Amino acid sequence: MTVRVQTEDFDISAAIAQLRDGNTGIGAIATFIGTVRDVNDDAAITGLSLEHYPGMTEAALAEIVTDAKARFAIRDAVVIHRVGALAPGDQIVLVAVASAHRGSAFDACEFIIDYLKTRAPFWKKERLSHGERWVEARASDDEAAARW
Amino acid sequence: MDVSDCDISAHFRWRFPVRDSTSTLVTLRLVYLARLREAFGSSGETLELAVHDSPSVASAVETLRARGGAFASELAPSRAVRFAVNHKVAHVDQPVCDGDEIAIFPPVTGG
Repeated sequence: MTVRVQTEDFDISAAIAQLRDGNTGIGAIATFIGTVRDVNDDAAITGLSLEHYPGMTEAALAEIVTDAKARFAIRDAVVIHRVGALAPGDQIVLVAVASAHRGSAFDACEFIIDYLKTRAPFWKKERLSHGERWVEARASDDEAAARW
Repeated sequence: MDVSDCDISAHFRWRFPVRDSTSTLVTLRLVYLARLREAFGSSGETLELAVHDSPSVASAVETLRARGGAFASELAPSRAVRFAVNHKVAHVDQPVCDGDEIAIFPPVTGG
């Protein structure tokens, strides 16, 4: 398991190579990448600032991956989340899951991002042309996490 | 749970409780995050709390609310506020021990 919180960008190829390294029992790798949209709630977004709670964040991500390993037949997972200043189009988060078969890889990948969005201590602040605003939590994210 | 039930070894910043006839003094580290940090104009503080019974997250929240201003409005019962004690998600009724770190924050919006 790898969980990282970092300001710098990440390379999905490197994450996949890490999952595959010496693991020939793997038959499927599912990935999710979240990126910065240039529009939210009908307003143009010029950038994002991402804040987290150091100490708790890493533990919360590790707990989510441990939970995923208990629920689904997966071999390993990588979760990388960026913090700091981001621009539209930038990568925010990577979830990559390796398993023997595709079903559990897809399920675990979706489970991890759903749980991350409702349980990991990150907060987004949007920059607009006329100022900035904190992003409000969405009920649809709670509903997505409640499915599991 | 009484303060005396708290595990001393679990708390690096343990201070022996000061007791008088009616109350116990606990020292809590408060951390304010995201919108609440901005609203309170502070990233956190040390709160000394004289409690007459078992202290909980709610004890700290009530003390902050009593200050009025942004503390009263942001921590009003109608507002969505989340808590963590020593880096673990916690309910407002969770008991706390001397030396615990309580984080107070809005619902998370990562991913």
